[in-house]
Amino acid sequence: MNPDMMSRRLLLKRVAVLGILAAVERFIPGCAAPNTFVDLGSQTPLKGEVIDLIIAEQLFRLDGRTGKAITINGTIPGPIIRLTEGQQATLRVTNRLKEITSIHWHGILLPSHVDGVPGVSFAGIEPGATFTYRFPVKQSGTYWFHSHSGGQEISGMYAPLIIHPLKPEPFRYERDYIVMLSDWSFESPEALFSNLKKQAGYYNFHKRAGGEFFTDIRRMGFWPAIQNYLMWDQMRMDPTDFADITAYTLTYLMNGLSPAANWTGLFHPGERVRLRFINGASMTIYDVRIPGLKMTVVQADGQNIQPVEVDEFRMGVAETYDVIVEPVEDRAYTIFAETIDRSGYARGALAPRAGMKGEMPERRPRPLRTMEDMGMPMQHMGMEEHGLAKSDGSEMKKHEYSGAMTMPGKPPSVQIPNVNPSDNKSQMEHMHHDSEMESMQGTHEMSGKHSGDARRSEIPGAEPVKHGPDDHGPGNQTVAEYSRNRSGEPGRGLEHSERRILLYTDLKSLAPYPDQREPEREIELHLTGHMNRFIWSFDGKKYSEDPEPIHFRYGERVRVTFVNDTMMEHPLHLHGMWMYLENGTGEYLPRKHTVIVKPAERLSVAISADAPGRWAFHCHLLFHMEAGMFRVVEVSPP
Amino acid sequence: MNRTGLPTKFSRSLLAATLAIMLGDGIVVRAIAVEPSVESFKIPLVSRVTHMGARTVRISAGAHADASATVGPSLQETLPNLSLRSPWPAPVNDQEHHLFTLIDVLEYRPKTGAGERISDYRWDVEGWYGGDFNRVWYKSEGQRDTAFKADYDVDFQLLYGRFIRKYYDFQIGPRVETQSFRGSNVTRGLAVIGIEGLVPYNYDFESALFIDQNGAVSARLSFTKDLLLTQRLILQTRIETNAAVQRVEEFTTGSGLNNLEFGVRLRYEIRREFAPYIGISLDKSFGETATLVRQEGGEPSQVRLVVGVRAWF
Repeated sequence: MNPDMMSRRLLLKRVAVLGILAAVERFIPGCAAPNTFVDLGSQTPLKGEVIDLIIAEQLFRLDGRTGKAITINGTIPGPIIRLTEGQQATLRVTNRLKEITSIHWHGILLPSHVDGVPGVSFAGIEPGATFTYRFPVKQSGTYWFHSHSGGQEISGMYAPLIIHPLKPEPFRYERDYIVMLSDWSFESPEALFSNLKKQAGYYNFHKRAGGEFFTDIRRMGFWPAIQNYLMWDQMRMDPTDFADITAYTLTYLMNGLSPAANWTGLFHPGERVRLRFINGASMTIYDVRIPGLKMTVVQADGQNIQPVEVDEFRMGVAETYDVIVEPVEDRAYTIFAETIDRSGYARGALAPRAGMKGEMPERRPRPLRTMEDMGMPMQHMGMEEHGLAKSDGSEMKKHEYSGAMTMPGKPPSVQIPNVNPSDNKSQMEHMHHDSEMESMQGTHEMSGKHSGDARRSEIPGAEPVKHGPDDHGPGNQTVAEYSRNRSGEPGRGLEHSERRILLYTDLKSLAPYPDQREPEREIELHLTGHMNRFIWSFDGKKYSEDPEPIHFRYGERVRVTFVNDTMMEHPLHLHGMWMYLENGTGEYLPRKHTVIVKPAERLSVAISADAPGRWAFHCHLLFHMEAGMFRVVEVSPP
Repeated sequence: MNRTGLPTKFSRSLLAATLAIMLGDGIVVRAIAVEPSVESFKIPLVSRVTHMGARTVRISAGAHADASATVGPSLQETLPNLSLRSPWPAPVNDQEHHLFTLIDVLEYRPKTGAGERISDYRWDVEGWYGGDFNRVWYKSEGQRDTAFKADYDVDFQLLYGRFIRKYYDFQIGPRVETQSFRGSNVTRGLAVIGIEGLVPYNYDFESALFIDQNGAVSARLSFTKDLLLTQRLILQTRIETNAAVQRVEEFTTGSGLNNLEFGVRLRYEIRREFAPYIGISLDKSFGETATLVRQEGGEPSQVRLVVGVRAWF
């Protein structure tokens, strides 16, 4: 492919599979029968032609509490499966539960009947039965696998899947660690879901309350603050809604260990360390950083990309990112994965010796949704903000950018991602607030610096598109009156950061993929839902209300445009086929199995319908999927 | 007692008028046309054959026609094999039903002042069973010696509810009300049409029109709003008012505006589901109702301290 790839497989990377578990001893149960407990830290890699997996219910002990878990081969996460590109994989999964189970190979291209989604690709694995998945391995990179049945995933059924490439990789490293992030609750999945259905804000303990109101009055001025609070109340929306399930009940895990247990990967100063980040959480979007280290992102969703150096990146549920870091100092570095709502974090360390803990980074305040996330029309936004800015004058401007927190009603961070420079002027003319120009310029400069070298092409949805008349029925709360592509934005809560944040527009495939056809047709799919009732759907219909598949013709190149009418980020996952993210990188469109669609965003992906059969397509937030944000995609036979 | 034949007729026409208004709004059409037994279960396998290519697609220049026609035959071939076994499970459980009960008010109203008043109590409970759109609702309110009704007053409603207009449940069903009055019980049955939901500015809104077995028409309206002082310390304001078209002396209600109750309750959510509270409730009867209450020896205007617990499960 690319001639200037210079690399070879290094022996060392096979040596270190998992880091030293600094706190193993506190998890070995001394009293209880050990065979019934989840065995921590023994995630032995499985490889070879035939791999056996056993699904069973076990007890999981975490920070002194014990809960019921469902495990793969007795560990959380399950065993690391290591395959080699080109091999035939045979995976025998035995169900020792009392309910149907399944395993889905996330991001893997395979025949539809071994994709592992009960009700779509097969009947599921009955209690006591063994199901054999057999498929040729046609790709390489960092992936994972998990249950696709009910709430089994959040109960512990997930594990890394690493596929070694046949060709050498275009980057070097001396150590190779998997960093699998996940979330754990001692409440049963049924209880979690039921709580959300009864009171959607059940787990949100970061709502706007009295104290904050007075702070906001001091900062924004009396009337602007009142107006702002009333505006959200008037809309019956909660601007603090970032995560449906929070640290109130969740413990955030790194390779199965709580922050207190501090998972540690060892290094010698000066070594290059490859970290394979996998977001195996069920309900948690993470922002990942290693204070003191630049991370060079080399793969996204298992696919090589043109290396990009960042300080932090946002990980939607089910996304994977491979980064390379070069710690040179003889000290511990904290791997810090803060949740999107800032209610908690997963934490581990890179350290020269076992037992070392990195410094605790400063925590950030929880962000707030803005009118931009509501997809409010520009004129309206202009007015709102004009009103706000006028009444408290220049003082507000001063404070506005001082904190990481975004005040709703303040100018949106980026109006239009830098699409093509000639466009900028006309875009800016649409806006009414002068105060915003500086910040916009800043943003443009930043993203332009890193992406200006590539050939840019138009991003579908770069210009705001007005929503049609369909309000998607009673099961959908709001529509984004204007939606537009936001892939040039770091995402709510990361804007105005001094740190370099990975943007979707940074993702460029290492070499152009063969299928460079322009999509022949476009399917527009609206992401809809109702925050108060915890209904989630596509086009206003839950899966059960619209179970007919979305049809792709075999061989066609189709554009699917997601329009997010909700006020939350949704990591959308298509089974069986790649989604080529149309992020304006021309022939270097990256391919992904999971893409985050931001609130009020219009995001397009191109798909080459090369995999006949029925495939699941859904939001990967477990309970959004369970609530109905799910569809079947059917590709016609060749 | 002044109970003529007029109210019956009047209330019927009022009911008809109400229905007509709602029909015009398209509310009743949807509300009544639904099957009460909530969303039906479908196996995706069957439906994929029956509804081919129903999806709307935006076709760009030079696009191809819907490809589903070529898919049909081959799918039908594979169907028998698949349906031999027990049907496949649904990939997601988006039709799950839940049972919810909210005890919004369950309170003790201690004796106030020096009078011979005794301590009272009050409750306001509601709940539902069902899915996202169709629910069976149940509600109960009960009170003793408020400014509105001189004696015990307990009611129970069992309603069918349909989610409409994104924020409201349209409800319809029967209500039974019983009062202990001068040592004897009076009971009546009523029909209920109600709308409950969340209005702009985040007020929980509950309204109902009642028509009793004799055709007397009355209505109830309430608003509640939560104000978060902290994440767990919450001030709930509550306004409830009742009105009636006819005077129904048996039930201590005059025609016109019956009463107004304004309360503030400060609760602490130990858990989301369980919150003890204290508060103050101002109850006032008006017009004919006030006269009736006074006649019964009640106090048409009261300020009561309340202590209670709010809970849900």
